[in-house]
Amino acid sequence: MAEWLNTLLQGLLLGGLYSLFATGLALSFGVMRMINIAHGDFAILAAFVAIAVVEPLGLNPFVVLLLIVPLMGGFGYLLQRLILNRTLGQDILPPLLVTFGFGIIIQNLLLVMFSADTRSLDIGALGTASVALGGDVAVGVLPLIVMAVAVAVLAGLQWLFAATPLGRAFRAASDDSEAAQLMGIDNRHIYALAMAIAMAIVAIAGVFLAIRANIAPTDGPARLLYAFEAVIIGGLGSLWGTLAGGIILGVAQAIGLKADPGWGILAGHLAFLAVLVIRPNGLFARTRER
Amino acid sequence: MSLLVCQGVTAFYGDFQALYGIDLRVEEGETVAIIGSNGAGKSSFLRTLSGLQAAARDSIHLDGLPLGGLPAHRIVGRGVAMVPEGRRLFPSLSVEENLLIGAYSGRPGPWSLERLYALFPILGERRKSAATLLSGGQQQMVAIGRALMSNPRLLLCDELSLGLAPVVIKDIYAALPGIKAAGSSVLVVEQDVGQAMKVADRLYCFQEGRVSLEGRPGDLSREQISLAYFGI
Repeated sequence: MAEWLNTLLQGLLLGGLYSLFATGLALSFGVMRMINIAHGDFAILAAFVAIAVVEPLGLNPFVVLLLIVPLMGGFGYLLQRLILNRTLGQDILPPLLVTFGFGIIIQNLLLVMFSADTRSLDIGALGTASVALGGDVAVGVLPLIVMAVAVAVLAGLQWLFAATPLGRAFRAASDDSEAAQLMGIDNRHIYALAMAIAMAIVAIAGVFLAIRANIAPTDGPARLLYAFEAVIIGGLGSLWGTLAGGIILGVAQAIGLKADPGWGILAGHLAFLAVLVIRPNGLFARTRER
Repeated sequence: MSLLVCQGVTAFYGDFQALYGIDLRVEEGETVAIIGSNGAGKSSFLRTLSGLQAAARDSIHLDGLPLGGLPAHRIVGRGVAMVPEGRRLFPSLSVEENLLIGAYSGRPGPWSLERLYALFPILGERRKSAATLLSGGQQQMVAIGRALMSNPRLLLCDELSLGLAPVVIKDIYAALPGIKAAGSSVLVVEQDVGQAMKVADRLYCFQEGRVSLEGRPGDLSREQISLAYFGI
């Protein structure tokens, strides 16, 4: 019994990491109607930059976040403003192709610079510390921190979208970009800000991933797939839905892994398929009149 | 000096030319109406004024400053606001949020939420509703209010009366004096000639992308208008 409870808790907390990956993807789709195929690769890129900074300087990985997050945010702004904005339009294909190209470039660049060896970020004793919850049930401190950060990020975004002028501008530009321009909103700037936020969040996700597990330069596409699944399970347009999507994916994988070590990933995909069959729009989709 | 001066405004959609050198002016405090049949170029002209369509730099002047070629989001800041055809409210924003987004450009001026709710009391009552759940007439009020929140020198209204009941149209045009008193001049595109004659100080008739008639409603005869409108 306690064994299963542990499995469930692990899966649930893993959902925090998945939702961090998914949030950036959901944001760029929600505001720009654009799917960033290189989303996972950007996370891995951020993680490797963190590794490159941590190892020679001997910094704490959490301190490095203070550097990586603004750096990736600024990079996201420029990426959207200078390149991706040009790909947006009636045709959905150009942004897919361009970001697909970015994915290939990032993977190969990382292979050249860091080789194909797996790497990770070491946070010492904190990596294995756990909190006992009584009985034989315990949860890891690191997964708890990741989940807390994921909830904080989602709450912050929720507040940004619901209560600030910038959030209103995001929603307006997403509803009707031409009408938004008539209100004085510079879409190119707004889109670039949305991408900056998405990249800042995916940088957090990448660094946490590298703390939790070993990563290799070609891990990005798999991360994109999980992020995608979490977004679709939760329902497009719903921020908290991505958390629910991440948790469902995490729990399914944990249960699958428990049943048989080879079934973890498969169980996640099956849960995703099951949700698609039962609720094709996702669990918390906001239906929109267009 | 006139508020708005247009000289030789042209508009193209690919190879198709929608406007052939429109000359038009709006004086401070005036209400000017543009009439014309479907496809005469009325909406293309408003889209060009608001920056959604490209225009030559010196073809449009507001207060003597060139407006042509500026992107739409900067034209709002210069004091030209648009009530677009079909209203184009933001569905995921409430009534009040739609109005607030109108103030995004931050132009100073007389309009505030309080003043708008005094002009259209029903919007104050329904400020928390999703904008697209309102009736057609109320949505049109939101669209007008949203444009006014940018404190425009010139308010562009595209087909205010389209799809609305006559009694609702009357309500909406009743707001016009209050809008002008607050310092906005108004340029309306109207398919309903009778309505345009009633509200306008001057009117222009468009036909196939050109100005076919211009004058004060009282000075124009039915025959002149019909000739300019239909070309027969």
